[in-house]
Amino acid sequence: MAAEGEHGGKHSPLEQFEIKPLVDLNLFGYDVSFTNSSLMMIVALGLIVGFLTYAMRNRALIPDRLQSVAEITYDYVANIVKGVLGEDGMKYFPWVFSLFIFILTLNLLGMIPGNFTVTSHIIVTFALAAMVWLTATIIGFMKHGIGYLKLFVPDGVPIWLMPVIVPIELISYFIRPISHSVRLFANMMAGHTMLKVFAGFAVSLPWWGKIAPAGFMVAFTGLEFLVAFLQALVFTLLTCIYLNDAVNMHH
Amino acid sequence: MDVQAAKMIGAGIACSALIGAGIGIGNIFGNYLSGAMRNPSAAPGQFTNLLIGFALAEATGLFGLVMAFIILNS
Repeated sequence: MAAEGEHGGKHSPLEQFEIKPLVDLNLFGYDVSFTNSSLMMIVALGLIVGFLTYAMRNRALIPDRLQSVAEITYDYVANIVKGVLGEDGMKYFPWVFSLFIFILTLNLLGMIPGNFTVTSHIIVTFALAAMVWLTATIIGFMKHGIGYLKLFVPDGVPIWLMPVIVPIELISYFIRPISHSVRLFANMMAGHTMLKVFAGFAVSLPWWGKIAPAGFMVAFTGLEFLVAFLQALVFTLLTCIYLNDAVNMHH
Repeated sequence: MDVQAAKMIGAGIACSALIGAGIGIGNIFGNYLSGAMRNPSAAPGQFTNLLIGFALAEATGLFGLVMAFIILNS
C-alpha cells in the first residue's frame, strides 16, 4: 500500500489475500460466487472429516499413530472444556471441538506456500465470533431468564459506582464479538503479510550466499506455525470462557 | 498537507498502540516464567490463564492495527 503504483500490484504483500471467484454464481441479485475461499473451506472440511474417520477406523484399544493424533486432539480440547466449564460443560464439547479443529485446519492450510488463508478475512472470523456470541447470549437467557442481566451488575460494588460499572460491563460485553474476531483475523493477516515482506528482504540480501536469510525465513515460518496453532487455541479458550459466563454466571 | 500523506502518518501513529501490546505480552510471559521457575509444579495449571492474559493484552494492540487499516483504506 506504499505508493499508488504498487497498490494491488503483483508483488504487493497483500496480493495473497485476494479473493478470486472460481465459479460465478448469482442468487437473487447477490454475488454468491464459489471463490478460492469457499474452496479452501471445503478442502478443510474434507480433510477434517476424512482424517478423523480414517484415523478412528479401527477403534483399537492400543492406538496406532494416526489414532493417537486424533485422540490427543480430542483430549486436548476436552481438557480445556472441562477446565473452564466443568464436567457439565461436556455437552457443549462437540461444538467447541468443531470450532477448534476447523480454525486450526484453516490456519495450517494457509501456511502451505501459495495457499489461501481463509481466516485472514475478517468476514469469516466475524461470522464465527458472532455465532459464538449469539449462542452464549441465547444460552444465558435460556438458563437464567431475565436474571442473566445480573451479569452486568457485579457483586460487592457500592451502589454509587453502579452508573460507571454497568456501562463498562455492557460495552465490554458487546465488544466481545469484535475483539474475538479481530484477534484471529489480525494475527493471521499480519503474520502472512510479514512473512511475505521478510521473504522479499531475504531474496535481495546477499549475506552468506543467501543461505542465512533463507534459514532465518525457515525459522520465521516455524514461528508462524506456532501462531497459527496458538490463535486457534485462544479462539477456543475464549469461546469456552464466554460460554462459562453464560452457563455458570460468575458475578 | 496532502490528504494521502496525512492518512499514512495517521496510520503510522495508530500502530503505536502495539507498543502497549508488546509491553503487556512481555510482562505476562516474563511473570509467568519467573513464577514457573519458583514453583514449577504449579506452572501447567496456570497455562490457561497465561493464554487468556496474552489474548486480552494482544487484542488491545490489534485494535490499533485495525484502526490503521481502516484509515489507510477509507
